Amino acid sequence: MAHLSLRGVGKTYAGSTQPAVSGIDIEIEDGEFIVLVGPSGCGKSTLLRMVAGLETITDGEVRIGGRLVNKLDPAERDIAMVFQNYALYPHMTVHDNMVYGLKNRGESKQVIEERVAEAARMLELGPYLDRKPRALSGGQRQRVAMGRAIVRQPAAFLFDEPLSNLDAKLRVSMRMEIRKLQKRLATTSLYVTHDQLEAMTLADRLVVLNGGRVEQIGAPLEIYRSPASTFVASFIGAPAMSLLDARIEGGEIVLEGHRLGRVDHAEGPVTLGLRAEDLRISDQGLPLVVEHVEELGAQRIVHGMVGGQPLAVIDTSERQLAGEVLIAVDPARLHLFDTMSGRRIEASRAPVLEGAV
Amino acid sequence: MMQKIKPFDHLILIAGVLFLIAPVVMALMSSTHTPTDIHSNGLYLTPGSYGGETYRKVLTHKGGFTGDVTGLTMLMNSMIMGIGFAVGKIVLSMMAAYALVYFRFRFATILFWMIFTTLLLPLEVRIMPSYQVMSTLGLLNTYTGLIVPLLASATGTFFFRQFFRSVPDELLEAARIDGAGPFKFFIDILVPLSRTMMAAIFIIMFIYGWNQYLWPLLMTTDETFYTLMRGIKSILQVWIGSQIPDYNEAFALAVLAMIPPVAVVVIFQRMFIKGLTESDK
Repeated sequence: MAHLSLRGVGKTYAGSTQPAVSGIDIEIEDGEFIVLVGPSGCGKSTLLRMVAGLETITDGEVRIGGRLVNKLDPAERDIAMVFQNYALYPHMTVHDNMVYGLKNRGESKQVIEERVAEAARMLELGPYLDRKPRALSGGQRQRVAMGRAIVRQPAAFLFDEPLSNLDAKLRVSMRMEIRKLQKRLATTSLYVTHDQLEAMTLADRLVVLNGGRVEQIGAPLEIYRSPASTFVASFIGAPAMSLLDARIEGGEIVLEGHRLGRVDHAEGPVTLGLRAEDLRISDQGLPLVVEHVEELGAQRIVHGMVGGQPLAVIDTSERQLAGEVLIAVDPARLHLFDTMSGRRIEASRAPVLEGAV
Repeated sequence: MMQKIKPFDHLILIAGVLFLIAPVVMALMSSTHTPTDIHSNGLYLTPGSYGGETYRKVLTHKGGFTGDVTGLTMLMNSMIMGIGFAVGKIVLSMMAAYALVYFRFRFATILFWMIFTTLLLPLEVRIMPSYQVMSTLGLLNTYTGLIVPLLASATGTFFFRQFFRSVPDELLEAARIDGAGPFKFFIDILVPLSRTMMAAIFIIMFIYGWNQYLWPLLMTTDETFYTLMRGIKSILQVWIGSQIPDYNEAFALAVLAMIPPVAVVVIFQRMFIKGLTESDK
């Protein structure tokens, strides 16, 4: 249990001029659950592995509980890691797998057995302690991997896409288990995933990474409601936010000739972000040419074109959709981004003219 | 799934089995006859009455120039050769492969290929320099001299290297987080995981060591270091004048020489299969 601090952390691989990760500043409070999320190759795993000590840190400082760990071995950093492929020792029983690290640290037998019993109870692994990993299902193996982390009572848990190898249903239930467990143990956790849904549901705070840099740090809802860039906007939320080319003319947002609302911002081109769930099919508003409809049961996603640009809308009605429908846009819920830099434009918007054409 | 029994297929299989087993049976049966019978009647496929006598003589009769070499001594020597070879080669090549795979040092790849190319050089090519070295070190007529020069094994190093490379990196990382250093990782994780590989290499190398003929012939002049392979040869060498070679004894030794390799294959094959079925996924 500890405060985790990353200051100016970066990594440049030998023989490469381009840093894989650079300028990462994150302060993680004691007991916080931080999720690093981003597309593959964004450096999230590299960052986690630098904290774990499996990759060298070429720039900046990593502190765990106030202690500078840059040069320490993984075993000395007081962390525990859960790997994507579980990385259980195949020749050891579940019990021995959990015990191995403690034995190496020279814990007394009594302490070891107590902790294993406790972890086994928490994770419901009691009946499997004498089995080898190969005799367990994927979910059970994952639990053993977590058990191995728990018994060490580390300052921080590091999770490297721990649920990616599980099937969809199990992933959802394990996700909840991890969250509950982390709440109960109140251990600082750093969790890497490429799945934005996993990120949203698990995190106290999200760190969205892109190209080895932090795009945005914040609570899941905060990031969902005000994404800092077009990258974050399109990455967080499903279906992805539609990004359209629009203009600001005469203090109004104009999309394909349709006025969507007043805005207090300089004239010129902007990128307009619209979430499918913020739009609804209405009697008046933006005309959308329906292209195809994804039925999800409780709702459906309507994909179509506004002028020449794609837009997705969520619809919960049962009505037949064909040809052109009209979309109501809530001006308070639209996002504006700078077309050149992709950064968010915070501008006061007048909450009028809903559905104005 | 039930398969229709096809008599013709079985006929071929049975013929194959007979063909392969016939020489072994012939050796076993012939070893139970007297040398004169063999000399006059040729090889036997039926048991004779001289078996007990032959095997007793082969195992306990003191022969050779010095008159104190028994079959048991030779069996013992062959055993030491075979096991020394197999164990030594496994230990050495595992350590070499461990260094090559898990430690990033300069020229590791070049070193590996250098080791690998020695596969192309059989013992015979370097037998004179090896002899010279052992002779200078005063290791002729010792078990050390018999075993050590042949321990470096490109085959073993290659097999273990390939195997270690197939072990997932996460296992090493998990072990590092668990506080296992290079030595502990090797002993606690890698060695137990390599059991099947070790069994396979043990089979190959034991038989290789057991069957050595040329090297022991050069290295040892002292009869107490004679191996079974040399013993068989020396029995057949006595054909001087009218004396009939002890064919039965040669056959008996050959049969005895067959037992340990067969035993090794049978024992380790079980482990081998067990290891295969036990492995993850």
